[in-house]
Amino acid sequence: MATAREKPDRTRLIGGPGLLLVWLYGVMVVGAVSRSAYQIATEFDRAPLAYTLSALAGVVYGFITYTLVRGGETARRAALVCCAAELVGVLTVGTWTLVDPSAFPDATVWSDYGMGYLFIPVLLPLTAVYWLRRARPRPSAA
Amino acid sequence: MLDVLTVVTGVAALLLGAWCGWAAYRDQPTKDWHFIGMAVVTLLALVQLVVGIVQLARGEDPAQGTTIFVAYLLGAFACVPAAGFLSLGERTRWGSVTVAASGVVLAVLEVRLYDIWGG
Repeated sequence: MATAREKPDRTRLIGGPGLLLVWLYGVMVVGAVSRSAYQIATEFDRAPLAYTLSALAGVVYGFITYTLVRGGETARRAALVCCAAELVGVLTVGTWTLVDPSAFPDATVWSDYGMGYLFIPVLLPLTAVYWLRRARPRPSAA
Repeated sequence: MLDVLTVVTGVAALLLGAWCGWAAYRDQPTKDWHFIGMAVVTLLALVQLVVGIVQLARGEDPAQGTTIFVAYLLGAFACVPAAGFLSLGERTRWGSVTVAASGVVLAVLEVRLYDIWGG
């Protein structure tokens, strides 16, 4: 029981707006992972690049969700790095799909900046970075 | 039958979203009535899941494939309860916002289900 208890000073990242973030990240994990798993299993040869990128997106989302749930300063920094990477990813892939559509016979999670997912893929990292920076521990407070 | 259920569930999900959005706007956590609302929407999604599987068992084929269809049915069923449980642990307006978001996501899933079934 004592081992399972969290350290009391571990920053909680899923309070308040963080809860919405975790839920949306959870949705994206399910969406990206199940979609890419299905596509890689059934029709990988049609658009290998697109499906691999979707799988990668799913892994990144999964890791961010885990760090948010776990909480703490290390997790917060790891999540921050991943969210930045996610933002770079969605911007790169989004631009790539617009500039060179022939490289993507089928859509990825990040195609057109995540338009097929209500632009959540591009809005989520921005919101998450904002939230994670605000959750930074302040030595003067408390 | 399935199309009607899809539309009804989608509309109910949007109503739930608006209702919980209103609660969030008024700075309230989710309350008993909201949970009853979530239960109603979840029940609709469950009926949809059962009807969908019965249709499949009868030999009808979704336009975009059985696997995707079942995956979306399961996702639609899990969507609102997952947010409901999260909101139990967050007794602030942000619990309501999360449930409201789940209503919107479920509505989107229903639109996709409509396409997947009917083409």
